[in-house]
Amino acid sequence: MTQSPLSGPFGTVIIGAGQAGLSAATELRKRGYQDPITLIGDEASLPYQRPPLSKAYLSGDLTLDRLWLKPEAFYEKSQIEVLTNTRVTTLDRARQLVITKDGREIAYDYLILATGGTARRIPIPGADLMGVHVLRDLIEADGLSAALDQARHVAIIGAGYIGLEVAASARKRGLDVTVIEAAERPMARTASALLGGWFGAIHRGYGVDLRVNTPVEAIVGDDKAEGVRIAGGEVITADLVLMATGLTPNTQLAESAGLSCNDGIEVDDSARTDDPLIYAIGDVANLPSARYGRSLRLESVHNAIEQGKAAAASIMGEAVNYDPVPWFWSDQYELKLQITGLIEGADQRVRRGDPEEGRFALFHFKDGRLIACEAVNAPQEYIAAQRMIAQDKRPDPEALRDVTVAMKTFLA
Amino acid sequence: MTKITYIEHDGTSHTVDAPEGLSVMEAAIRNMVPGIDADCGGACACATCHVYVDGDWAGKTGERSSMEESMLDFATDVRDTSRLSCQIKVTAELDGLTVHLPEHQG
Repeated sequence: MTQSPLSGPFGTVIIGAGQAGLSAATELRKRGYQDPITLIGDEASLPYQRPPLSKAYLSGDLTLDRLWLKPEAFYEKSQIEVLTNTRVTTLDRARQLVITKDGREIAYDYLILATGGTARRIPIPGADLMGVHVLRDLIEADGLSAALDQARHVAIIGAGYIGLEVAASARKRGLDVTVIEAAERPMARTASALLGGWFGAIHRGYGVDLRVNTPVEAIVGDDKAEGVRIAGGEVITADLVLMATGLTPNTQLAESAGLSCNDGIEVDDSARTDDPLIYAIGDVANLPSARYGRSLRLESVHNAIEQGKAAAASIMGEAVNYDPVPWFWSDQYELKLQITGLIEGADQRVRRGDPEEGRFALFHFKDGRLIACEAVNAPQEYIAAQRMIAQDKRPDPEALRDVTVAMKTFLA
Repeated sequence: MTKITYIEHDGTSHTVDAPEGLSVMEAAIRNMVPGIDADCGGACACATCHVYVDGDWAGKTGERSSMEESMLDFATDVRDTSRLSCQIKVTAELDGLTVHLPEHQG
């Protein structure tokens, strides 16, 4: 580690100081990696938790000092050099180095791309008006939170997780909230019809004006957003507009360096790109899943952590076969939603528990194999399902439906 | 500040000063106690912050919530003294608390 920087070793350079990048760095040290580790982030702060930004941090229940993933002393102790406020603009694979915006060249033995994504702004008239927000990073969360303090009418475009979580936080603050969704139900991209419809009803019960099947035409206002014009011409009054319309993976650096990209940076089951010295992990990586028979790009903390560990293991020379059972969670009002697996392709589903009681789980099967579970305030069902999916189990659907049969029975 | 001691499975002990209001999990993370991963950040969604609370302290750390109970049902090496440390709030009353970490964590 004390050799001249011109001769190396240069160690591992990680671009992106989020959950995935930190996980890879931490795991490398845990496994005894001796060479330098440089963690480069374009944000001002050290790695922090993103999930609370739309939940407890936004509602004020969690303060900034509780967002940090590791204390500052950790990085020195672990000999992980963190470069904040540093944007990498060029990846030169031939010379095995990256170049920062201010011209600094940083050489690598291995490179890990953990560049995440950027909140997508849909290209409609008025999208750039003042008062139009997106939510992905800490600065955007602080901006949104400050704006919520001043707002009365909030319009949220998109009824995915972020949109619904912010809707719940805004209702807690007593604001008028309209959620506008182009699809026929909330969470249409990721959740089943039953679950999405049920969550829609919950939000309506809390006073959210939820509009589904409603495309947005424009954000209106002179210099500041004053409303959202929806298909048909109606203008929904709003002094704050949040575009919660998904994430665009940050693939620019990889693409310009000629790495294969298709909805993210393409990697193999060890998180390696088509350059054997370069890995991609977390929200930006598109990985092959034998379990689901297609490639996946997963936007979740779980994948960020585990794929980061997979990349670290691969760099340490271990054979890795990363094929995760995905999991996600969402907190809205007093509800904890936990989803494991992916529901697409399901040909059979059973319900366990009663939605009326606010506690139930939906199990999704394909060819008799359990492929996903959506659990509302039902952690036992969720955890048991996660194990069953990992083990390719074929539980009896009728037994699953019966709440008197303990979930542990299915793991025996 | 409340003193909390974390004892790893191999006997290594870490005593930290924990500010009130944090969780026992957060106090461990801030003080780099190995063996408490807290992948979900304290949302009671992952069970990677499992600890055993010394018998004498069980009365002061409170009851498991039903969510916590469920998560623990499927954790490894669960005992009567098992808790998820993200669900124990640091209070002055807990000064001197000792928790043990399970073998499989860390």
